[in-house]
Amino acid sequence: MVQIFIDEKAYDVEDGITVIQACESAGVEIPRFCYHEKLSIAGNCRMCLVEMENSNKPVASCAMPVAEGMKIKTNSEMVVKARKGVMEFLLINHPLDCPICDQGGECDLQDQAVAYGSGISRFVEQKRAVKDKNLGPLIKTHMTRCIHCTRCVRFSEEIAGNNSQLGAIGRGEDTEITTYLEEAMDFEMSGNVIDLCPVGALTSKPYEFVARPWELKKTETIDVFDAVGSSIRIDSKSDKILRVLPRINEEINDEWISDKTRFAYDGINNQRIDRYYLRNSEGKLVEESEENILKIIHNNLSNTNSSHIAALVGNTLDCESIFSFKKFLDELKIENYDCRQDDSFFLPSQRFSYIFNSTIKGIDDSDLCLLVGTDIKKEAPILSSRIRQKFLSSPKNYKIFSVGNFNLNFAVDYLGETSSSLKKLNEKKNFDVFKNSKKPIFILGQGAMCHDDAADIFNYCLNFYQKISKNTDWNGFNVLQTFSGRVGALDLGFYNKKNTSRSLIKQIYDGKFEVLYLMSADEINFDKIPKKTFVIYHGHHGDKAVKRADLIIPMSCFTEKEGIYVNLEGRPQISSQVKFPIDGVNHSWNFLNKLSKLFNLSMYSDLNDLREKMFLNHEHLSNINQIKLSRINRNKHGKFKFSNQEMKSNISNFYMTDSVSRNSKIMSECSLAFLKETNVP
Amino acid sequence: MSQTSFKKIAEDKIQPKDFAFDRDNMLLAKKILKIYPKNFKESSIMPLLSIAQNQNNGWLPKKAIEYISDFLEIPEIKVLEIATFYSMYNLSPVGKFHIEVCTTSPCMLRGSDEILSFCEKKLAIQVGDISKDKMFSLSRVECLGACVNAPIVKINENYYEDLDLNSTDKLINNISSNKKIKIGSQSGRKGSEPRKSSYDKKR
Repeated sequence: MVQIFIDEKAYDVEDGITVIQACESAGVEIPRFCYHEKLSIAGNCRMCLVEMENSNKPVASCAMPVAEGMKIKTNSEMVVKARKGVMEFLLINHPLDCPICDQGGECDLQDQAVAYGSGISRFVEQKRAVKDKNLGPLIKTHMTRCIHCTRCVRFSEEIAGNNSQLGAIGRGEDTEITTYLEEAMDFEMSGNVIDLCPVGALTSKPYEFVARPWELKKTETIDVFDAVGSSIRIDSKSDKILRVLPRINEEINDEWISDKTRFAYDGINNQRIDRYYLRNSEGKLVEESEENILKIIHNNLSNTNSSHIAALVGNTLDCESIFSFKKFLDELKIENYDCRQDDSFFLPSQRFSYIFNSTIKGIDDSDLCLLVGTDIKKEAPILSSRIRQKFLSSPKNYKIFSVGNFNLNFAVDYLGETSSSLKKLNEKKNFDVFKNSKKPIFILGQGAMCHDDAADIFNYCLNFYQKISKNTDWNGFNVLQTFSGRVGALDLGFYNKKNTSRSLIKQIYDGKFEVLYLMSADEINFDKIPKKTFVIYHGHHGDKAVKRADLIIPMSCFTEKEGIYVNLEGRPQISSQVKFPIDGVNHSWNFLNKLSKLFNLSMYSDLNDLREKMFLNHEHLSNINQIKLSRINRNKHGKFKFSNQEMKSNISNFYMTDSVSRNSKIMSECSLAFLKETNVP
Repeated sequence: MSQTSFKKIAEDKIQPKDFAFDRDNMLLAKKILKIYPKNFKESSIMPLLSIAQNQNNGWLPKKAIEYISDFLEIPEIKVLEIATFYSMYNLSPVGKFHIEVCTTSPCMLRGSDEILSFCEKKLAIQVGDISKDKMFSLSRVECLGACVNAPIVKINENYYEDLDLNSTDKLINNISSNKKIKIGSQSGRKGSEPRKSSYDKKR
């Protein structure tokens, strides 16, 4: 600790921080443009100038480390004069177009010009004009407004890391921010530069001229488009979601979110199911009343042997929906249900086998990383950039091994792309590296867990992990889930207890079941379902499933209800209701309640009643935001068989992974622009 | 003064289809790479760009930038940033003799403006242009760092110092007629020794 004086008051601050951070902790606000807590220090905007005793010129507080006895003045005449001068220079080339600028109302330059701007310009020469860049369908540029803080450049280099990075070309007055030859910014985190930009140079294209910030209703909630569960804020206006912004959460997403989280929101209102439908004898879907639908389902379920009924839940469902559905099925003695629409491997009732044990923050403490069959940049961009930051902070000491050939944003030691290349881990040169590691993390992706050799890969890695790990306090054996509802569903036990090794999919395709109840499950291959199977689809979007479904039940989408989601670390989080459900649509448990009434089964009086019943057996779900740590309690030795099958990620198109993002116009523009894919449903 | 046209990426039709270091340059590049630590090999970017520029008649095509980005395993934009920042790299074709006139304060006080306009008249080109016979190109640059011998003109790799209109005229004439020219001071002074003053004469 060192003692410094800010505006003649003494403060004890941590050693090694900068003056701007010290002022921040003392509650003294310093204006800034280029400084950002999560990025490296550039010191080029000069807005954060403060007066320091024994220095005859003002110093940039963002780049000045604190020292014992330092005396800082943040409000003296010299400081104000200096900042006014800086502001005048910044405004020289900045256009006066705030009324037509999307940043208006939340613009750092606008706000600080109120405090330090001079009101009139003394500049009579020609203003600089810069050609706008086309950076793809997400980011709108207005480069004349740019003040060259280089936050976006530092972000793309330090956090996102990709070939289509931003850079500053030219010098002096001719400096321009651009990508190489104006390529589109195609990395998965590109939208964050919109938040970083302190002016209106980089703004959101989909949000172009949509609203002003003060008109928006702000709802703090969590993201469900991937399993990370990033903290977000949804801005809406009269029941319409207009944009999604990140919230700071150091334990999960710092203050970044992926482009899917940010831009897939427009899919929520497209192609919604808002009525009950039944397929008639001609094969056409016709509208049907709720009573009739309930009767038909009642008939169907009670006239079919329960062993011939199967049920699947979707990947982005909340715990309440899954729990109420499971209870309904259990009471009807239906056993064939599963939450896995892929063949993902896990060990039943062994929680460590399907969660990210080290936790996301644990990545920062780790000293070695092994990726097995995971294209982590697509599956969880937030984690990928965490690993990148860890890697960049110690490039010599942090080694990353990868099984599976993927385009990642850090350098890896590539072991091979088939499962048999795992054996290279036991080669002496690799083994020694692992053995010297104190806190290794292993990340098994769905490419490994859905692989034909999944069980062998899992056990081999677990064995190897136990062989090299000495530290009992550290559990770095992680499985990377990619869907927001998966961990919750596995926690709630939504799988067939008798047949867990592989999911139900094969039996469904084989025609073992007469009735198939899908609760927003639409990732299976619907062409393979035999014609005789009666398919009930209970979901919110007219996606792949409706083409095959014989009966359709509407349900509310994740923004229309409160729900508990468990993220990949096993952290229960609660999402908030952003808007009311569309007309005629209800929470899924509401419909199940009505169905239960026909069957004379137990019912819920309201959401709290449901939750209480859920917490009875699953207490950990009630501890919102607390991770129940799991221990590895299994030690199996044996022979492992590996095939030569390549490890592939389960996500081929990052922009379209579920029914909402598949129906999003912005996401389809992205996959067209960045992946040249046109499979718009 | 805005960017000269040599700093703009050349049109696609004059961009070569390929670029790679030739054998000698490859050896040279590898030698340069050895000077820098292995995990900071991007530090060698500036000499490598110079080699590439010399190999390609004094300018850097897109392919060369991409080649160096591959060579050093860094994003292309990082190479472009450097190539556009420093005035010694050209991104579009220059003449056989690329004349860079320094116009920063000390040179300006010693008459660089007249030299620049003289060059424009003499070569019948504007700043940022290339002459029709592709022999000369003219550019205006910031401080060349030899203020003590101002005004200065840089032609390809060499400095020509202590210029006035006569010596500039002679210099350009000699270059165009392929005569041998003296590098450095054109006024007969050695290096940057003190100019002969009236005091010296008396002595």
